[in-house]
Amino acid sequence: MGRKGVFFVISFLLAAAGLSLFASGVDHSKFAELNRSFSKPEDVTAACLKCHNNVASDIMKTNHWLWTRKTDKMPGREGKTVDVGKKNVINNFCIAVTSNEPRCTSCHIGYGWKDGKFDFTDQNKIDCIVCHDTTGTYEKFPTGAGYPVAKDTVFPASKKLFKKPDYKKIATTVGKPGKQTCGSCHFYGGGGHAVKHGALDKSLLDPSKEIDVHMSKDGGGMACIDCHVSENHDIKGQLYTVSVENKDRISCERCHTRYPHTQTLFVENQPDRSYDIFKNRLYKREKPVDNFTHRVLDKHTEKIACQTCHIKFYSTKFKTKTWWDWSKAGEKTPEGKPKVVKDDEGYPVYDGMKGEFKLAKNAEPEYFWFNGQSDKILVGDKIDPDKRPLQINRITGECGGADSKIWPFKVMRGKQLYDPENKTLVIPKLFGPKGSGAYWSDWDWLKASETGMREAGVPFSGKLDWIETEMYWPLTHLVTPSENAVSCDDCHSRKGRLNNVQACWIPGRDRSLVLDILGYLLVAGSFAGVIVHGTMRHVSSKKRKED
Amino acid sequence: MVKKVYMYKKFERFWHWSQAALIFFLIFTGFEVHGLYRVLGFERAVVLHNYAGFTLITLIAFAIFWHFTTGEWRHYIPTTDKLREMLMYYFKGIFKGERKPVGKTEKVKLNPLQRLTYVGYKVAIVPLMVSTGLIYYYVAHGDIHLRSVKYIAIFHSIGAFILVAFTIIHVYMTTTGHSVTSHIKAMFTGWDEVEEEDITE
Repeated sequence: MGRKGVFFVISFLLAAAGLSLFASGVDHSKFAELNRSFSKPEDVTAACLKCHNNVASDIMKTNHWLWTRKTDKMPGREGKTVDVGKKNVINNFCIAVTSNEPRCTSCHIGYGWKDGKFDFTDQNKIDCIVCHDTTGTYEKFPTGAGYPVAKDTVFPASKKLFKKPDYKKIATTVGKPGKQTCGSCHFYGGGGHAVKHGALDKSLLDPSKEIDVHMSKDGGGMACIDCHVSENHDIKGQLYTVSVENKDRISCERCHTRYPHTQTLFVENQPDRSYDIFKNRLYKREKPVDNFTHRVLDKHTEKIACQTCHIKFYSTKFKTKTWWDWSKAGEKTPEGKPKVVKDDEGYPVYDGMKGEFKLAKNAEPEYFWFNGQSDKILVGDKIDPDKRPLQINRITGECGGADSKIWPFKVMRGKQLYDPENKTLVIPKLFGPKGSGAYWSDWDWLKASETGMREAGVPFSGKLDWIETEMYWPLTHLVTPSENAVSCDDCHSRKGRLNNVQACWIPGRDRSLVLDILGYLLVAGSFAGVIVHGTMRHVSSKKRKED
Repeated sequence: MVKKVYMYKKFERFWHWSQAALIFFLIFTGFEVHGLYRVLGFERAVVLHNYAGFTLITLIAFAIFWHFTTGEWRHYIPTTDKLREMLMYYFKGIFKGERKPVGKTEKVKLNPLQRLTYVGYKVAIVPLMVSTGLIYYYVAHGDIHLRSVKYIAIFHSIGAFILVAFTIIHVYMTTTGHSVTSHIKAMFTGWDEVEEEDITE
C-alpha cells in the first residue's frame, strides 16, 4: 500500500468515525466552544452555527422560521399565489399576528420579532435551543418577542416566575427535540395551555395508554418527532388553519399500512430495513385477526380517516376553548382591573380583556368530509356578512370525492370584529403599551382596529360590528388503544355521531323515508287483512253451525 | 271423505323449516341493520345476518338441486286455470263453507294462487335478495367499490318488506286447511289430509 492508499484508509476511517459519532449522538459537553458562559442567547446560536454551518440557511427556509406559506393551490383561487402562513392569516382566537408581534412571536423560533421590521436573514436571531434544549428549563418570555428573560422576571398575567436561562448548561446538553420542547409552544397556542388545538396539551408529556397509545410509555413510547420527521430541519405535518394543500401530510398508513386491521405494522414486516431503533420502542402488537369485521374495517379506511374512529374524544384531560366571544370583552372590576370569572375547575369563562369563553373537556368531535384541502379568508378578503357563521377556514371534500374521507374536527366558534362597510374582517391591535392603541391598554375597539388595520395595510372605514365565525381544526392527536375506538353503533344508528355528515349512505343511519312508509303500510295492511279475514271466517262458520 | 297421504318428503320439510327459521332470523337482524331497533348491536347484527344469509344461499342451492332431480319443480309451473275461482273462494266461498276449487293432492300440491306466489318468490324475491345481499356484502369488505351503497340497500329493503308481508299472509293461510293447524302439522309430519274426491279428479 502506497502513501496514497494509507491516506485513503485513514480518511475513510475518520469519516466512518465521524458518521458513527453523529449517529450515536454527540457529547456536546466536550466542546470548549459551548463550555463557557453566554451573556445573551444570540451568542449560543453563533456557537451552534460554528459547527452546524449549513443549518441556518435550512432553517431560514422553514415555516417555523418564516411563518409564511406561499401556495397557488388554494381551493377557489388556484393559480394565484397567496400566503397562508401564520404571519398572514386570521383566526378566531387572538385574531392575527400583525400589530401584536411581541406577544405572538414569543413562540417564534427567533429572537426579537417585535414588529414588521424583523430581519429574517439574520442567522444569529435563530433560536436553536428552544427546540434542542433537553434540560426543560429554557423558556421564552410570553411578551418577549421570542427572547427569554435577561434577568429573573415575573409574568404579571399568570404570576409565573421566568428565570434567566443557564445557557452553558443548556448548550452543553443539547439533543433531539423532545415532547417538552415541541410542547413549550404547541401546547400553548391561543394564549394559554390547551386553548387552541383540542388535542395538543400537557397530557401528552406522560400520557396513560388510554390518553395516547403512541406517546404513552406503556404504549409506543414515541415522541413528536417520530411522526413529525424532518429533512434539513423542515418538519413534516400540516394543520389546516395555516395550510390549504393536500401535501406533506403525516399518515397513519406509513407505519400501519393501508390495511391496518388485518396487517402487522409496516416496520414489523421490514427486518432488513434499519427500523431497529424504532422497532424496539414499538408497542408490541399482536397481529390483527383477519376476520370479516376486520376486513370491513379495512374497507372503511377508503372513506373514513383513521382518526375518526380512533380519536373518540378530544381534550381528554384538559379543557380547550370552543367559543370565544370578543364582543363581551371590556368588563372591569371596581378596582379598574379586567374582570375574570373562572369555572369550578379554575378555567376562565370570562376575561375582561378577551370576552366570554366556552370550554370543553372529553368532547365529541364534529365530523365532515375532508380531502386535505381548505380555503381561507385572507387579510383584506371581502366577506359575505349575510352568511353567518362565517367560515374562516372552510375545509373541502365530499362523499365520493378524490381523497375525501370523513374526519373528526374541533370546531372553534366565536364572535369577532368586522368592518361592515368594507366587508373585511378586522385585525385589532390587542397587545401594546398605553397610548399605542392596543385594546388591552387603551380599551377602545375603534382605536385598536384603526391601529391594527393600518399596520396590516388594509383599508378601514371606521365602522365596526361583530360577526360570528367558525374555524375547523382536524383532530389527529390523542389516539386511543383500539379497544377504546368508536364502536359500530356510534355511527351506524339513527342518532349517531355521523348524523350531520352529508350525503352518502350509512347503513343503520340512512333510509328512504318513502320506502319505509310504503313498507310499513304493506306490512300493516297484511296484518289487518289476515285479522279481518280470520274474524270473518270465524263469525261465518259459527253462524253456519247455528243454522 | 278425508284420506291421509304422505305429502311432504323429508328433505322438503327440512328445507321448509330451516328456510323459515333463517328468514325469520334474517328479518330480525336485517331490520336491526336497517336501524329500526338496537337489540344485538349493529356489528353483531351484521355478522349474524351474513352467516344466516350465506346459510340460506347454501340451502337454496340444495333446494334447487332437489327440485330438479326429483321433478318437484313441476308443482310450480304457473297456470291461470281456476285462478279466478281460487281468488273468489278466498273472498267469498270460504265464508260460506264451500270446498276449495282446487284441492290439494300429492300429485298437485299447489293451487294456481300458490303457484303464482311461490314462483314469484323463487324467480323474483330470492334472486333480488341474494344478488343485492351479495353485492352489499362485498361492498362492505371486498372488491366491489361503489360511491354509495344506497340503491343496493334500498332494493334489499324492498325485498325485505315484501318478505315480511309474505310471511304474515303465508302463516295465516296455513289456517285454512281442514282444521286450523292441519297444514302446519302436515309440514312437520309429512302426512296431510286430502279429500278423496280431489284425488280421483
